[in-house]
Formats: sequence, C-alpha cells, structure tokens
Amino acid sequence: MKKTFTHILLAGTLLLITAVSCKKDDAPAAVVYYEKGDQMARPAINTVFVDAPAKDSFNNAIPMKMASLFSTKFKARLLALNAGYTTNALGLTADQLTGVLVTDVLNVSTTGNTKFFTSTSDYLTGRGLSDDVIDNELILLFGGPTGGSNPGLTTDNVGANDKAFSAAFPYLASPW
Amino acid sequence: MKKTKILIVAAAALALGGSILWAADHIDAPAVTNQTTDITDVYAFKGADATSRVFVINTQGLLSPAASATAKFDANTLIELNIDNNNDNIEDLVIQAIYDGTNMKFYGPVAPSATGTKSKLEGAVTATVGITPYTASAPVIATGSNGMKVFAGPRDDPFFFDLDQFKKVVGGTASGFRNPGMDTFAGTNVMSVVVEVPVALLNASSGKISVWAETKKKI
Repeated sequence: MKKTFTHILLAGTLLLITAVSCKKDDAPAAVVYYEKGDQMARPAINTVFVDAPAKDSFNNAIPMKMASLFSTKFKARLLALNAGYTTNALGLTADQLTGVLVTDVLNVSTTGNTKFFTSTSDYLTGRGLSDDVIDNELILLFGGPTGGSNPGLTTDNVGANDKAFSAAFPYLASPW
Repeated sequence: MKKTKILIVAAAALALGGSILWAADHIDAPAVTNQTTDITDVYAFKGADATSRVFVINTQGLLSPAASATAKFDANTLIELNIDNNNDNIEDLVIQAIYDGTNMKFYGPVAPSATGTKSKLEGAVTATVGITPYTASAPVIATGSNGMKVFAGPRDDPFFFDLDQFKKVVGGTASGFRNPGMDTFAGTNVMSVVVEVPVALLNASSGKISVWAETKKKI
C-alpha cells in the first residue's frame, strides 16, 4: 500500500515537473514538409516530349537525372513529330537537340539580354513575356537546316498576347 | 514538299494520337490536372531594372473571368523557384512562396537545407504581400528586406498559342496551322507569382543561371 502510494506520488511529481518544463521551454514545432506536385521550366517541352504515361514520373524527376532517364523517350518523340528531322537552324542533330531539351531548365543570363531566341548565335538566355516561344520551338523542330522547311508547321500565326504587358513591375496585364 | 508535309503530319498523328492535349504546361500531368499545383508557365527576364531579374510562376490556368473572381492560392501548396548558379543542374538557391490565408509570404533567395523533391520553408520570411484582388485597379506590390519586389494574384495569362489548331495537326485532321491563328488562351487568366530579385542575390557564376519551378503539396 505504502509502496503503491509512493509510486503514485513519484509519478505525479514527475508529471508535474514535465508539465512545468514543457511550458517553460516550448516544445519545437514539428517541421512541415512539402512534396513535389508539378514542375516546369521551358515552355511546351514537358507537354510535347513526355507522353501521358510518363508525365507523373517526369514531374518527380530532378533535372540532374532527366538526361539519363528520358533521353531515349525525348528522341523518339522528336522523330515521331518529325520523321524527316536531320538538323535544324542551330545545326543540331536529333541527338544534340534531345541533349539540349531533355534537362528541363530555363537558362537565364544575369548580365546580358534575356530572350528565348534572338538569333542562331544568341538563344536560351531567358524567357520574356512577349517572346514567341511557340514559333521559336516550331522552327527548331520542323524548320530543317535553314528554318524554311515545312512552312505550315513553323508558325502558329499567333504572334502576340491578347493584352499589352506593362513596362513596370509586375509586368503582367490585369486579369479579364 | 507537299508529300513530305503530309507524311510528317501523318507520322505525328499515328505516333502521338490524341495524347497532345496541352501546351506550355497548361493542364498537364494526370496527378496535377485541375489542381492548385498545376504550373502553366515560367518566365525569367530582365525587367525595368537591369541589375535585377524577374521570375514569374503562373498556376491554375484557363481561369475564366468568373472563375478568377473566386480563385485563390492554396495554403497547402508551396510554389518554389529553384536556381542553379554553378551549372550542375542542382538547385543552389530557392525562392519560396506560400499563401497563409491572407498574404503571400516569400522566403529566399536562400540555400535550401536539402535539394530534391521534398522541401521545407527555408529561413525567415524575406517579403510579404497582400493578394491583389481580382477587381483591383492597381496591383498590390511589396518590397522585401532583401530588396526583392513581390506580387501575387490573378493576371491575364501571358501565354499565346493556337493550341486548338495544334491539336488538329497532331490528331491528323489538319495539315498545318491556320492563318490567321487564334489564341486559345485569349480572354483567360492565371494565378501569378512575380518576383524581381537583385542579381547580386543570385550568385551566378559566369553570368548565367538555370531555373525551374516546382509546386509542392504539404505532406
């Protein structure tokens, strides 16, 4: 009986001490983690080159691993889109173009101009709001060595946004 | 020439069938379709200030005006820009944006404690901005403690593409794009996060960085 009472007293004391300690020290908040949902860098690349079954796994791939995981798939898609592909205006073979596109990151210059495509010697330095990235990509996919092949496929004839952009931050136009 | 064009289109149609349903990343992978994690576009450019760079991450595409009036950011969706500044395709810095029910809170640019698909909020908040209301006559803007300008709210979708015609080409019912083209995204909005970051904070080697955007769900 006495032993039990002592045990209860001890337990109660420990509980009290713990309660007081917790109040004083404030137990650290549990760390909140977030897990990958969607991923994007260059316009339309994921959409066009990754087929439906692979889209979720592409979104979960880190860029460093994309080349080893998806190069074969990307090249197959490129040749499915354009079976006659030889090179393009940048002089890239199917393997080389695949190599450029498969690691889906957006290259940005921090010192010079920032445009998706300026010329065959100045490209992938950023992506501006008014850059016609679709035409840029269509020419590189379908335009052949000079950019002049397949004229029905190298422009979608939509050259500008439906609203003007602003010259000041945040640059995007107000909503409809 | 004509024969080659038809062959190309036919091959594309056979190979891709109806699987090309999206563009940019608009309405993309099955796991993110119609969710607040769906990224539509990423932009990176020099804006009005040559010593800064602007990064735009747009989500929740093809919002009609009616849907835009009630669209919200999601407090359980982290929007994250990954920045590789030493050319190894691994993020060296992140800029994070998380909605707290009232404001968009920004973290970074900051070196993440771990790289890869799982993230946690890194360090202290560096900027906070109210969400620009749909009917606002002027955007709500804030500047953070590190000089980073921030914005969050509905904007006109800046993407332009005749996606409808592209679907017909790939589906084999058209041999090329129409002229004039029609912008499938005209009249639609997105939820935008825009940051303008002093270049000094990006620590670029050789004047170049690579960026990619991720959205992540709280686990």
